[in-house]
Amino acid sequence: MSKPVIVEARNLRKTYHVGEVDVHALRGVDLRVEAGEFVAVVGPSGSGKSTLFHILGGLTPPTSGTALLDGQDLSKLTEAQRTELRKRKVGFVFQRYNLLPTLTAADNIEIARYIARRDGEPDPKFQEALQMLGIAHRLRHKPRAMSGGEQQRVAIARGIVNNPAVLLADEPTGNLDSENSEIVLKLLQGLNERLGQTILMITHNPEAAAYAHRIVRMRDGRVIEG
Amino acid sequence: MVLENLKHRPVRTLLSVLAIGVEVTMILTLVGVSQGTLHETARRAKGVGADIIVRPPGSSILSLSSAPMQEKFLDFFEKDPRVAVASGATVNSLGGFDTMTGLDLARFTRMSGGFRYLAGGPFAGPDDILVDEYYARQKKLNVGDRIELMNHNWRVAGIVESGKLGRIFCQLPVLQELTGNTGKLSQIYLKLRDESQAAAMVEELRQRMPGYQIYTMEEFTSLLNVSNVGMLREFIYVVIGVAVVVGFIVVFLAMYTAVLERTREIGILKALGASPGFVLAILVRETLVLAALGSVVGVGLSFGTRWVLRAAAPSTLVQEIVPEWWGYAALIAVAGALLGAIYPGWKAARQDAIEALSYE
Repeated sequence: MSKPVIVEARNLRKTYHVGEVDVHALRGVDLRVEAGEFVAVVGPSGSGKSTLFHILGGLTPPTSGTALLDGQDLSKLTEAQRTELRKRKVGFVFQRYNLLPTLTAADNIEIARYIARRDGEPDPKFQEALQMLGIAHRLRHKPRAMSGGEQQRVAIARGIVNNPAVLLADEPTGNLDSENSEIVLKLLQGLNERLGQTILMITHNPEAAAYAHRIVRMRDGRVIEG
Repeated sequence: MVLENLKHRPVRTLLSVLAIGVEVTMILTLVGVSQGTLHETARRAKGVGADIIVRPPGSSILSLSSAPMQEKFLDFFEKDPRVAVASGATVNSLGGFDTMTGLDLARFTRMSGGFRYLAGGPFAGPDDILVDEYYARQKKLNVGDRIELMNHNWRVAGIVESGKLGRIFCQLPVLQELTGNTGKLSQIYLKLRDESQAAAMVEELRQRMPGYQIYTMEEFTSLLNVSNVGMLREFIYVVIGVAVVVGFIVVFLAMYTAVLERTREIGILKALGASPGFVLAILVRETLVLAALGSVVGVGLSFGTRWVLRAAAPSTLVQEIVPEWWGYAALIAVAGALLGAIYPGWKAARQDAIEALSYE
């Protein structure tokens, strides 16, 4: 029996208007990610992987085509509906961690729950994830007092605290040394294998991509393999 | 998050709070000085001990410097069996808020019970003046000192307790002579044998002396409020307007730089699903906290300005603390601050998440 599809893109196109020039960032992308998969999207700069990340994360609408996320067609959503979707169905992990510098690690995680209007204690799955991430002792610290690896682990915790349908990770090891990169990638792998978290990771690093179940290659706005 | 954001840039927060505090103090000090000066004037008018006050036609509540009433009015009033004492004064402006009051000390003493001398004594010669304790303190005057006023050299004959009529006194004929108002008075005070007849007598005098401003003392002092003093209310409104503009500019700059500086953070919030309203609400709440803290600081500073005025000009400017205006001043500060937060808030709320996340 096949698993439900969490992410599906069909003939997805995105054109940016830069001055009087049209830039075709995506030229018809087809992609399927099933529940519980860990997929890496690799490709050189300009291949369109970041644009794909932004569309699947509900940060920008596609120009045409279909992008389904947990059954919702992102191409048909208004900006307000995409904002609502980001609260509950998507978790983000960025290359630069993107933690709020004024908040402690705990508050950085908590604010994601607050925005999603989640009350009460996080579910047990998240508690288990927190154990895996090994940041319990650093939760009262602010980002400036934490290493890059620790910050990225907090960012992962924030990304999964609302139990999203998919965790989108954009070059999650891009700012880390090899030791911390390995830790973060193993954590992502662990979240996927132990907790069944669906992960779509964008990277240009083949070693990072090797942690995924499946590698999708992009070039010039198209999926060329996977 | 709101407090953490404000704590993150303590100098900017402190300066914003201080600027809003100054805005609030501007309002509280102006209103306090207005009310203080009027109440002090009323207190000194009451200190005369009169039941009725007669002022020349066309004079304003605070302006006493003209002297168009004939001195012989005093005899006219004293012929009335209801009048125990009639006393007149000539008042001449010394520039600013200071005035010189010329009075007939004998009549004044019969009416008010006389001055209480803290030092020295009554006039001994035509160049003698009496000053009250606050004026003496402000000008550092002692009995026997000489002072130049109205191009005339005076000797301080006595220092008197404050609260009666004015702050600087000389003999009536001397001031009349100096100001070219020989035989004329700025205002006349009547003390009745039976004060309960004051209202009836005022009505009667108004019929007989049309145009003259004749009041019971109670009526006169009740007129000494902000609404009845020409242009004072308008002046207060202008200062409130300036205060709102100051608050607007301060908060606008603070919030605008905050929004620019936090562009990336706004992008993060939006990526997490924060709506434009959520982002706007954060800035509005920060603004409200700044305005609230600024209001508290402003109230505190108004005690400071009172202390400064008491130390620097105790006889000229009397500032009252006006708790009934604290709420209004705070509301004005909030209004100015919210106006200042509108554009930065709008800019933050409509920030594109992707652009904001890539902001360096």
